[in-house]
Amino acid sequence: MRAFLLLVLLFMGSVAQAQLTIQISRGADNPTRIAVSPMGTQGGLRLTEDISQIISDDLEFTGQFAAIPRRDMLSFPQTDAEVHFRDWNAIKAEYLLIGTVEQRNGIYYVSYQLFDVVGQRKPLPRITEQGGEHELRDIAHRIANRVYENITGIPGIFTTKIIYVEASKRGTRDHYRLMLADFDGARPVMLRESSEPLLSPVWSPDGRRVAYVSFETTRPAIYIQELATGRREQITNFRGLNGAPAWSPDGRKLAMTLSKDGNPEIYVMDLVTRQLTRMTNHFMIDHEPSWSMDGNSIFFTSDRGGRPQIYKVNVATLQVERVTFDGEYNARGRVSPDGNSLVTVHRNGGNYMIAVLDLKTGRTRPLTEADLDESPSIAPNGAMLMYATRSGGKGILGAVSLDARTRVSLPSKLGDVREPAWSPFFK
Amino acid sequence: MITQALKHGLTFAVIMGFLVGCSSSSTKEDPNAGSTGTYSSSDSSSTASEVQLETVVYFDFDQSTLKPESRALLLAHADRLKGTNTRVRLEGHADERGSREYNMALGERRANAVRDFLVVQGVSASNLETISYGEERPIATGSNEASWSLNRRVEIKY
Repeated sequence: MRAFLLLVLLFMGSVAQAQLTIQISRGADNPTRIAVSPMGTQGGLRLTEDISQIISDDLEFTGQFAAIPRRDMLSFPQTDAEVHFRDWNAIKAEYLLIGTVEQRNGIYYVSYQLFDVVGQRKPLPRITEQGGEHELRDIAHRIANRVYENITGIPGIFTTKIIYVEASKRGTRDHYRLMLADFDGARPVMLRESSEPLLSPVWSPDGRRVAYVSFETTRPAIYIQELATGRREQITNFRGLNGAPAWSPDGRKLAMTLSKDGNPEIYVMDLVTRQLTRMTNHFMIDHEPSWSMDGNSIFFTSDRGGRPQIYKVNVATLQVERVTFDGEYNARGRVSPDGNSLVTVHRNGGNYMIAVLDLKTGRTRPLTEADLDESPSIAPNGAMLMYATRSGGKGILGAVSLDARTRVSLPSKLGDVREPAWSPFFK
Repeated sequence: MITQALKHGLTFAVIMGFLVGCSSSSTKEDPNAGSTGTYSSSDSSSTASEVQLETVVYFDFDQSTLKPESRALLLAHADRLKGTNTRVRLEGHADERGSREYNMALGERRANAVRDFLVVQGVSASNLETISYGEERPIATGSNEASWSLNRRVEIKY
């Protein structure tokens, strides 16, 4: 039995190539204890990925789970008959996941079963996922999604992606790279590189395109790039600021900041007709638009009151209303998927941190406590957000749960990493 | 003509004398090593009349109003640019604190402040282009006030 496992434990893992590595710095107080037994294989099948480990890592990333180490497990069952609840009760596992991997004609079949150890039942039927060898990591993420959603009632984010900007020096020249990776930083792919700044990436709601700002013409302009084909198009070429693109929830419009008329104002471009509609009109800075979930209003940053605060403009009436009042600085607001919270870059006399404003109660809570935290981007399930911070003189990404209980950092092996944009769910 | 040029040169020299004596050298390299962080335009078209002018003005935190000590330098640039067709790019920058995108707007506001000053002094607005790099191009990379104060700047690029 154990010897059998040795084969299973042979894995290479694309983690080795990942630029970002995960460090969980703080988890929830009472995480759910789950044992993910190593996947069984037959006939000397070697896997290029350690599926069980990926599932464990995924669940732990959320802070809501603690994965029980393999060395603490009393057995490694593969079939339902091999599961003895007392073994798992003894190590205080609340849930157990077992599975097997088979390969036929180049297709891998991963069959798994979840057990509720406390309730001594199977909350899910046995499920089989399949895919090619290069999809083993995707299969693991899909299994983690299923397990996470079954136990928490919230959709998992383990098949989502992130786009971020990495900046480094090549000699004396700046080198910017727009990167696409799994939510955990694994399997990074370069989307674009430039010696001029790249910034402000945002996903289209369908997850197929990214809009971003590039200075490649030596002036800022907004571009839209198709992820699958790499095909890109320059969307704006106005004098002054061309910045902060934000897709409307229906994907048809792009809000942005343009200063072509003298100072930064919020505009909305119809992506079909390319017609621009001006949303704001104020001599102070109006910047960083972000749509409400219903698409009826746009949150934005303005210092019209003296210091940067979040306002929102009704897209139909152009009526403007102030949203944030706590703190001397609130910028780059992003609304949670349920529409109930607004996260901002926040300062109240001290550090720049990420804070969340409850739009119903008006209460603001800090989510991070380091300095120089910025660029919050909320996961599509609304449970966590990713942000940019600095550590050891380097720009790194961090993630924090919206209840502030879990914090994860994703240090980069290469240059400064910044401006994470969390993808929507892929349909 | 020559006397005129000499006179201009003299004016620049006098103004340069005012400028705190921090204009000793071109310190483009190693901006972190406690240097002044200022550097001159590497434009090599100087004639006998042209003294190398400092090309960077600095701003206070979250501010885009010109500091009194910047005015003499900008007046010198205005003198040089007035009545010419020299095109100049004014590049605004911010320090790293706060939102990256918002800092783009701050940098632009600073570049505009320099532009507006030069225009009031008689420089043709059509020869001045403003652009903001926000916090993308720091001169000094430390996360401290010494670095931040060097990064809140407008660079005058001939």
